[in-house]
Amino acid sequence: MALIAKNIGVRVEKKVLLRDVTFDAQPGAVTAIVGPSGAGKSTLLSAVSGDVAYTGSVSLNGQDIKSIRASVLAHHRAVLAQATPLAFPFTVFEIVRLGLQRHTEPKIAAHALQKVGMAGFEGQYYQSLSGGEQQRVQLARVLCQVWQPVEDGVPRWLFLDEPVSSLDIGQQLRVMQTARDFADQGGGVVVVMHDLNLTAMFADRVALVVDGALVVQDSVPKALTAERLTDAYGCDLKVCEAPISGFFTLPQLARVYPSQELL
Amino acid sequence: MVAATTDYAPHQNGGRTSGAQKVTAALCVLLLGVSIAGLAVGAADTSLWSGLFAVMQGEDLSLRDEIVLLHIRLPRLLTGLLVGAALASSGALLQGLFRNPLADPGIIGVSAGASFGAVCAIVLGGALPFANFLGAALLPIFAFAGAWGATLLLYGIATRRGRTSVATMLLAGIALSALTMAFTGVLIYMADDAQMRDFTFWNMGALSGANWNKLLIVAPVVLLALGTAQFLANGLNAMALGEDAARHMGVSVQVIKRLAILCVAAATGVSVAISGGIGFVGIVVPHVLRLVSGPDHKHLVLNSALLGACMLVSADVVARVIIAPAELPIGIITAIFGGPFFLWILLRQRGVVDL
Repeated sequence: MALIAKNIGVRVEKKVLLRDVTFDAQPGAVTAIVGPSGAGKSTLLSAVSGDVAYTGSVSLNGQDIKSIRASVLAHHRAVLAQATPLAFPFTVFEIVRLGLQRHTEPKIAAHALQKVGMAGFEGQYYQSLSGGEQQRVQLARVLCQVWQPVEDGVPRWLFLDEPVSSLDIGQQLRVMQTARDFADQGGGVVVVMHDLNLTAMFADRVALVVDGALVVQDSVPKALTAERLTDAYGCDLKVCEAPISGFFTLPQLARVYPSQELL
Repeated sequence: MVAATTDYAPHQNGGRTSGAQKVTAALCVLLLGVSIAGLAVGAADTSLWSGLFAVMQGEDLSLRDEIVLLHIRLPRLLTGLLVGAALASSGALLQGLFRNPLADPGIIGVSAGASFGAVCAIVLGGALPFANFLGAALLPIFAFAGAWGATLLLYGIATRRGRTSVATMLLAGIALSALTMAFTGVLIYMADDAQMRDFTFWNMGALSGANWNKLLIVAPVVLLALGTAQFLANGLNAMALGEDAARHMGVSVQVIKRLAILCVAAATGVSVAISGGIGFVGIVVPHVLRLVSGPDHKHLVLNSALLGACMLVSADVVARVIIAPAELPIGIITAIFGGPFFLWILLRQRGVVDL
């Protein structure tokens, strides 16, 4: 019962986006994928979601995803894209309701909206919302799809592609906490992240992808060392531990802030 | 915060689910009304009421009344209903498929493809070994093939990695229309006098050529397409978020796409085969309904069929009486009334909702 991707290769026309990436994620944990822009983080998530053609194999809960029908796979995992453009003037509630599976209770849609802090927006047009609000509505829809983190002893999965990219700090923490809760209740979370500090706060394990290849996959303190990050991002990065919370944080500037200001 | 969770009534989507059902009911009443008008009104001074009265008295209809009511107006009415329903629901399906409210069989070249197929049947059909066997079905089959080919081609061109480019779709549709019209022109140039006459009659279209024989071919195809379309609603709703998102939610996107294209090609193809190209139904009707009762395809496709049927039959009634005993082509009526109405809606809604 895990997500196991073996020797994943992805190429679009002649451009190689991923080569020979072997990667896994366990239920009950938040697994982050980090790396510079254009390194192939989202492509890796697309591959394990079954959206792009890939070489190698991906298995979810012990089954090759190519052998699982779309309707069955939808029970096992839900995917949040970076941005979800909408074609017609649907309301917020109509969008969230799309995530409901056949046997789930309709009232879950309202619970999900509450969970992402969007209760009260039900009747509003999706297109009238800000980018951050739209992102949270989509998260609510995705949560509806896998509302129970574990069902019949089988863990369910959330695949999130930069879920906090257009959110303010408070919303970022709330969204990451929602993902954390899902994992703590036994579900699996794979999340593509830009913010290394948030990654350090919420992820159990992290995969660093650079230039289409996996550099390392390990626990956060072991994987994200100053040398690796400096190499990966092409700038001088230092890593230090935040004294009050004990969080492992990575100042993204070359300068190390005095610890009091950090938190 | 807690109070918000106590009630999950449909008001949370703006009351649109119950609104849509009311719209369906209202459209059914309207449909009945225009159907009666379609039977009652016409160039001949035959009265529907005296005819009905006679039948209820157990008397026979006069031969003239029987011909006018049962062999001219009734098949024409039914054809109008079917063609209107077919064009409007095709519009709704195409718009859902392309995720764009500008998709319309007339605009993006599906009708042009059907016309091309029809002209092929008229001009080249005689040379085919199985033409006699197919008989009256030859024209609709070719029109269907033309519409199907055009839709497939267009979708292939405009969609890349699950995203449909609006500009590409419109431009490709225009190019495709121009191309098929050019081929159609070549075929007409090649045609002999008899074929030319057939083509002219077909192209004048309207519903004046409607008869029971044609209806027997059109009705099953359109009804089958409309029936199938009802099952595509959930898939099309999910596809409003893009093909990837729909697949993530468990929708068999390929199946939905293929079925939608087949339905559109079948419905548009036979409609064009029987009535020529009638514009504006496929684009105006779904728009109006989205504004009234929201974009949920569960209601949209059915309501589009109902409103499309009403619109076309009303237009046909107007076409018949406005310069009686002559008739205006119905396409002129749909454009004269549909065009300004559509513009009015756009102006009124400008800035409120991005359709």
